[in-house]
Amino acid sequence: MAAYVVRRVVMMVGLLFVLTVAVFFLFTLLPGDPARLTCGKACSPQIIEANRHRLGYDQPILTQYEEFLSGLVVGRTYSADSPDPIVCNAPCLGYSFTRHEQVLTLITAAAPTTFWLATGAFIMWISAGISLGIFAALNHGRWPDRLVMGISLVGYSLPSFFIGLVLIFFVILKLNWLPFPAYVSPFDNPFQFLQTMILPWIVLAVLNTAFYMRLTRNQVLETFNEDFVRTARAKGLPERTVVIKHALRAGLTPLVTAAGMDLAALLGGAIITESIFSLPGLGALAVSSVLESDLPLITGITLVTSAIIIVANLVVDLLYAVIDPRVRLA
Amino acid sequence: MTTPDRPAEQPFLEIKDLSVAFPTEDGLVRAVEGVSLSIERGRTLAIVGESGSGKSVTAQAIMGLIDRKVAKVTGEIWLDGQELIGLPANELQALRGGKVAMIFQDPMSSLHPFYRVGDQITEAINAHRSMRAKAARAIALEMLRRVGIPAADRRIDDYPHQLSGGMRQRVMIAMALINAPELLIADEPTTALDVTVQAQILELIASLQGEFGITVIMITHDLGIVADVADDVAVMYGGRIVEVASTGVLYAQPEMPYTLGLLSSIPRMDRELSARLEPIPGNPPSPIQLPPGCVFQPRCTYSDRVAGGTCLNVRPDLLETAPGHLVRCHLPAEERRQISQGVLNVLAGGS
Ligand SMILES: Nc1ncnc2c1ncn2[C@@H]1O[C@H](COP(=O)(O)OP(=O)(O)OP(=O)(O)O)[C@@H](O)[C@H]1O
Ligand code: SF4
Ligand SMILES: [Mg+2]
Repeated sequence: MAAYVVRRVVMMVGLLFVLTVAVFFLFTLLPGDPARLTCGKACSPQIIEANRHRLGYDQPILTQYEEFLSGLVVGRTYSADSPDPIVCNAPCLGYSFTRHEQVLTLITAAAPTTFWLATGAFIMWISAGISLGIFAALNHGRWPDRLVMGISLVGYSLPSFFIGLVLIFFVILKLNWLPFPAYVSPFDNPFQFLQTMILPWIVLAVLNTAFYMRLTRNQVLETFNEDFVRTARAKGLPERTVVIKHALRAGLTPLVTAAGMDLAALLGGAIITESIFSLPGLGALAVSSVLESDLPLITGITLVTSAIIIVANLVVDLLYAVIDPRVRLA
Repeated sequence: MTTPDRPAEQPFLEIKDLSVAFPTEDGLVRAVEGVSLSIERGRTLAIVGESGSGKSVTAQAIMGLIDRKVAKVTGEIWLDGQELIGLPANELQALRGGKVAMIFQDPMSSLHPFYRVGDQITEAINAHRSMRAKAARAIALEMLRRVGIPAADRRIDDYPHQLSGGMRQRVMIAMALINAPELLIADEPTTALDVTVQAQILELIASLQGEFGITVIMITHDLGIVADVADDVAVMYGGRIVEVASTGVLYAQPEMPYTLGLLSSIPRMDRELSARLEPIPGNPPSPIQLPPGCVFQPRCTYSDRVAGGTCLNVRPDLLETAPGHLVRCHLPAEERRQISQGVLNVLAGGS
């Protein structure tokens, strides 16, 4: 097990390194002059050149990458030779000249919103999806099964922005059941936090809930036909034990992998949900950074979110190895 | 433990007119129809037949493993004076793994991949008697030794995937025997194993049977392994029993054309390669659309010897041709014996 963990961690570090190369060169080699994007309409060639130098875009690309990497590790200082140098502390993901702020600061400011959005939606879809999926499987072929599968089908076919707009229109505007979302930290005002987040959670969770209902049901039904479940019955175990300890234990384990990856992939869905509900999260930040062509910020967000997915992947695999003894020794 | 309306000398296990049918979208699957069998205590009965002939369904019916919500089960199964069909779920559960135990075809998939083999065995113990964990483990270890697992004290903490197929089947056997069952059903226990391991497992079952005095039902599709292990043989085809005899009689004087076909397709060491194996032509019938007459008729080379298309239209009954020897075939007994001796002579390499 220890060797497996070490191997996986080493692989992950390697992958993260490759990721920095890919992201850095992808965005740096993009057509367009990054220095030109740093100043507005009243831009003189002098200012552009000065900015180019300040940002380090006048350096050879490999030097730029080197500085980027060393910035990540030890921090860096932009335009050290000028009277007003900009210090970017380690881990320096870059500096947004559009917003005059370190990229990391911008990301850490936006991250909690997305974190709570994703976490709430995750809890919602896992608990609803898996419990309804099990419920359907235990009632295979009868009306509860059909009902759950029907709900799942509806959940599948409704686009999340449509659900979001309908919810805003009825629940907030027409019925006034909830105030319009205004994000606060759950530690500052838990009640307003819940009021704000409940609709975004629903919107973000609907598709995955529908998906997990179906996935869980099929997974559990499949395990009911496994030979080892028949063995458990043949031993004379009570049906409860057969279902929970033998069938569900094996049937739900693969969901760990799926859930981990889907949680990471949720960052994509968060973009739409954050836009609909004007939540100041990573998704909204990513959208505006693209609209403003804020290259350092785009690079930073891409890097951070990809790194989250890679780490999530590792966590999921290690978790899986803990649950499934067959992986442990492979 | 006999009920008033049963004579005391009834067999240990008696199945009467057992039928199991599964309603499916494609139609009613008649997996087992009118199966009657009996086994005396301490003996071994082999049930032989091709894939789909209803062997496993029969076994599962005895174990009470057929889900009555998805299948229609009719008939009677008397085990030691107790009727099993219609028994409440909790009483069946108490029998399973206690008085009646079962081992399955594929030891790879029959053990739970997530639990240590020792824990899976102690779980079987605890399902039937309460016992301290330490004592249960000691019993499990003893049984693992008894079924011939080397270094059992270490293997007991292994997961199934760390064991070879043969070792896993030994674990399955240990688990089945752990509560001293009186009836052991082995559903193709060696089909998934290497040939050399097959013989070891069969030997193990035979020796344990002798030691514990267990009654055994050995299910197989290979008549070749039956001779050494079974006292009696029941041949199944298309969900019904087509011939029953003691093992010696079945090999020496088989009468049902299907049994002849099975015998002809046994690969044998003592047979010249030139004496070709003759697999039975054609495929087993669909259990949804069984032939209206003899279920074996479409594949039978002798059906035209029966006058008036009787084989096509009339279901033959399972009738006694000699004491303890039952055959389901329209052919006159004399003719069946002639045919059979002819085939056996060819198989023996004679003229
Ligand atoms: N749950 C079920 N639903 C529908 N049909 C079933 C079910 N279980 C078994 N059958 C059918 O019943 C028939 C007999 O199956 P059974 O498993 O008893 O065959 P078998 O003789 O054990 O064959 P094998 O050698 O392949 O194990 C088959 O046609 C099978 O498809
Ligand atoms: S009854 Fe007819 S078809 Fe069936 S086995 Fe006998 S001869 Fe063949
Ligand atoms: Mg079978």
